[in-house]
Amino acid sequence: MAYKIKSAECTVCGACEAECPNIAIGFKKGTYVIDPAKCSECEGQFDSPQCASVCPADCCVPA
Amino acid sequence: MGNVIALDSILGLGELKAPAESTPVEASGCTTSSCGSSDGPADMDPAVWEKVKNHPCYSEEAHHYFARMHVAVAPACNIQCNYCNRKYDCSNESRPGVVSEKLTPDQAIRKILAVAQEIPQLSVIGIAGPGDSLAAGAKNTFATFEHLQKKAPDLKLCLSTNGLALPETVERIAQYNIDHVTITINMVDPEVGQHIYPWIFYKHKRWTGLDAAKILHEQQMLGLEMLTARGILVKVNSVMIPGINDAHLLDVNKAVKSRGAFLHNIMPLISDPAHGTHFGLTGQRGPSAQELKVVQDACEGGAKLMRHCRQCRADAVGLLGEDRGEEFTADKVEAMGEIHDDGDARRTYREHVESERAGRHASKEAAKAEVQETVGTQADPILIAVATKGGERINEHFGHAKEFQIYEVGPKGAKFVGHRRVDQYCEGGTGDGETLDTVLSAINDCAAVFVAKIGGCPSKSLEAAGIEPVDRFAFEYIEESALSYFKDYAERLGRGAVRSRAGQDAVIRTGALTARRA
Ligand code: SF4
Ligand code: SF4
Ligand code: SF4
Repeated sequence: MAYKIKSAECTVCGACEAECPNIAIGFKKGTYVIDPAKCSECEGQFDSPQCASVCPADCCVPA
Repeated sequence: MGNVIALDSILGLGELKAPAESTPVEASGCTTSSCGSSDGPADMDPAVWEKVKNHPCYSEEAHHYFARMHVAVAPACNIQCNYCNRKYDCSNESRPGVVSEKLTPDQAIRKILAVAQEIPQLSVIGIAGPGDSLAAGAKNTFATFEHLQKKAPDLKLCLSTNGLALPETVERIAQYNIDHVTITINMVDPEVGQHIYPWIFYKHKRWTGLDAAKILHEQQMLGLEMLTARGILVKVNSVMIPGINDAHLLDVNKAVKSRGAFLHNIMPLISDPAHGTHFGLTGQRGPSAQELKVVQDACEGGAKLMRHCRQCRADAVGLLGEDRGEEFTADKVEAMGEIHDDGDARRTYREHVESERAGRHASKEAAKAEVQETVGTQADPILIAVATKGGERINEHFGHAKEFQIYEVGPKGAKFVGHRRVDQYCEGGTGDGETLDTVLSAINDCAAVFVAKIGGCPSKSLEAAGIEPVDRFAFEYIEESALSYFKDYAERLGRGAVRSRAGQDAVIRTGALTARRA
């Protein structure tokens, strides 16, 4: 139960990082990555995964 | 801000103060907040004028003398525009297909101070992306401004936004003393908006269609009102999209004017399949120079129009129309070592400008009076393309010009109406025919082109195309020269020696100038 970022499509804008309620998203080696241990898919927090909702490249997807 | 020079006395006829020349559409009818404050010079709030007179993006006169700089510290965005591909910078403030060097707030401060030390014309620091300056909590934007206010308090601050997050951030904007805000408003009707914005991210949710456009519209209007209520200047940008919002822009102009926007800037949609934007891929075209001018002219009586915006990139540095960004990349700034900036050079420069500008208005008026006397209303206004490096003078070689400033000159005087970007005709010393063709199509609606110098070959091609190359005003002031030329032109027109170019249109160039990667 976690989301991941398809880094080939990521624009490295950081919008997802700012929205994640669980600080699961970090900037590593030039790209953003989701820590599956911290990602809750926003269950119980929001109606939809926040990263996927804000991502302009639609590259935050279920892992 | 003790070292901001009072230029009021010599700027009596600055573009922002001048009343629109068109006759008012509705002669009577005292509507909303515009009551009692027409566009006339006497009526402009002195506080507004104080803020804009040295701002190159806002005051047409100031843009000849002062430089602005943008720092790209805000990569995230909270909406999607159909003319934007987020692989590149925000198309609202930059041009599509441009990539800026993203900076952290610390890097941005260093870069700004390095530029301030080198370029005394610097008067404005802006944040316009590369995404939306207020998205993602506006953290980087405010961090940058906070530092800057401490380190170089004489520099003016401004930011640009799509407006979605404005109502929630106005308080902080006011607190940081950011007195210029640009909002891109392309519609005041969600029915129109749904064709421009596929979605927005608002209150933890992605909204689409009419709902998205409705929320965005309401936030934009509320944000605009909240800003103007706090005395913060607001400029509105609109992207003109033929067939979608071109006719609607008059409504936008009225709506933003009634809410206190002091300037309205209508920019052409720049659309190219290569940019990978929705509009680019669906073949939505941008307006021609003539179509753009028609809408700009129609809006002239409303919120004041700005015509010299060059849609500079989010990390642009320099006087409008030039970009020295490549001299100040993060690596180069890093290598500069200790940076000292005490603002002395800027103070000296501003004093110099003050003395240079003194007396200019009198000479413009004299030239205008002479034209009115000799020409009267016999000749229609013409457009003139000018090669200039700034300082309001004709001081650029035809082959070195990366853009031409377009002046409309007629019995009512000479006024700046826009600029046209071109490829440098003689990049590296050799002029080639293909580039010349793009120059010709970019200024095809002009009767003449003023240059400091021009070679024989391009001269002949211009003449063949019906555009007169003029170098006899080299290094002189633009407006006076334009009026003097017009006098002569009207005389020649009268005896049939020249033909009018009315009805010609020109092509708006999409790339060139600063589109190269940093
Ligand atoms: S799905 Fe939610 S919790 Fe997981 S990374 Fe995205 S925003 Fe964070
Ligand atoms: S929002 Fe999307 S494009 Fe932006 S950094 Fe996150 S994954 Fe990449
Ligand atoms: S606001 Fe700017 S960055 Fe955001 S989608 Fe629109 S043009 Fe692109």
